[in-house]
Amino acid sequence: MKSSITAASPVLPPASMQPPTALSIDNLSFSYSGKKALDHVSFKIMPGECTLLLGPNGAGKSTLFSLITRLYDTREGHIELCGFDIKQQTRKALANLGVVFQQTTLDMDLTVMQNLRYHTALHGMNRKLATQRIQEELERLSMYERRFEKIRQLNGGHRRRVEIARALLHKPSLLLLDEPTVGLDMPSRFAIVEYVHQLVVDEKLAVLWASHLIDEVYPDDHVIVLHRGTIRANGTVNDVLQATQSKLIKDAFYSLTQGEQS
Amino acid sequence: MSSLHYWRAMWGIIGRELRRFITQRERFISALVRPLVWLFVFAAGFRAALGLAITPPYETYILYEVYITPGLCGMIQLFNGMQSSLSMVYDREMCSMRILMVCPLPRWFLLLSKLLAGTGVSILQVYAFLAIAKAYDIEPPWQGYLWVLPALMLSGLMLGALGLLLSSFIKQLENFAGVMNFVIFPMFFMSTALYPLWKIKESSTLLYNLAQYNPFSQAVELIRFALYGQFNQQAFVYTLVAFTVFMTTAIIGYNPSKGMMAGKGGAR
Repeated sequence: MKSSITAASPVLPPASMQPPTALSIDNLSFSYSGKKALDHVSFKIMPGECTLLLGPNGAGKSTLFSLITRLYDTREGHIELCGFDIKQQTRKALANLGVVFQQTTLDMDLTVMQNLRYHTALHGMNRKLATQRIQEELERLSMYERRFEKIRQLNGGHRRRVEIARALLHKPSLLLLDEPTVGLDMPSRFAIVEYVHQLVVDEKLAVLWASHLIDEVYPDDHVIVLHRGTIRANGTVNDVLQATQSKLIKDAFYSLTQGEQS
Repeated sequence: MSSLHYWRAMWGIIGRELRRFITQRERFISALVRPLVWLFVFAAGFRAALGLAITPPYETYILYEVYITPGLCGMIQLFNGMQSSLSMVYDREMCSMRILMVCPLPRWFLLLSKLLAGTGVSILQVYAFLAIAKAYDIEPPWQGYLWVLPALMLSGLMLGALGLLLSSFIKQLENFAGVMNFVIFPMFFMSTALYPLWKIKESSTLLYNLAQYNPFSQAVELIRFALYGQFNQQAFVYTLVAFTVFMTTAIIGYNPSKGMMAGKGGAR
């Protein structure tokens, strides 16, 4: 791992009792036309762990997400999702993955229900199970009453809720969130941050959350600071604070990215 | 991965495309207006100028409107295929394509399902056009309306696969204008959609050769013969081969490891 600060490795059970890692990234590099976007990136996320991937714009966060979701080809390095190699066992790996992309990926002219049904069909769910899961997820996000409204009629916060509900319909083990709160007002942002952290506790979901908004970090979270394609810090909030001798994660982030804010 | 998963996913993709088509009425109307203008205005104007001898599958002298009707069916499918590929480029830029691409099914299957969905929409448009044409006294035998269905399936798939292939090449929406100039117009005008081959040969042998080997010509001939209850084997084989080649290349184009997208960073 090429990082200036590395957190102490968590104590793990013996290999036979060890839970499978939700996400394992090993020595991953990626270039666009000769320019390195990611340089020897390695880290792991365990079930029930919320990891905030912090980095200024252009740090390589979206590239990393595109590689994890197999939208880009992994040429150097290795990615495993729940023990499945993303390149060799793509479908098994993707079946364990829920994603909320930075830009909305909902169909504006269709209703909430139609958008969610489309997703359940892509994951091969039968109608009864799909209806049950859609109801569960929408109720948890207080969106069930709005299921017959077109996406175009919803505000940004509600659209995000629908996208989170959609990402959870097939019960993934790992949830990827690519700056899901950008452009939302404070109450909507807070609600989403709180909801996702609750999922980690209640359902032992593994979360990788890309953000450049420091206030989305909770004290129990893991933090990875990515800057110019390399990992500058990887550990719990306390580890990162200690290693940078900072009192606030904001200051730690600032010193790790050499004052380069987004 | 069960076959039921594939079945549900395919119908999910087709259902979404049909729902989008129904909700976007402007798209339906504009898809019909284009061939109707050609039929009612262009064909009426050229009726006197273009004399047509008796050529198969026609058994008698026909009006120019009758001749260009199968060509206009092909035109609907050609534009629909290009519109689908345009929407794929748009979806890729707007990221909605990502939801399809990260679902746990092989990419070739997702692309084929998308293609089937687009073809289904184009067939609905063609039948709506044929219904209006019937009211304008362009009446093929009633069996023709049944025979033309498989022909429309194959031609729609071939033209849709061409659109898919183009969308794998095109990175940005802005580049799509080039497709109109370099693909759609040459393909349409250098074909048998508007004039028969022998008529083209009278004016230029080069143009005749180009029109003969243009896959769009073969698709139009397949539709023309089917509409009159006849099977054009050469057109069928040619269209089938063209579909296979376009589809295979498009699948390679969308493969993040091997295709054109690999050089651009991936199928976004």
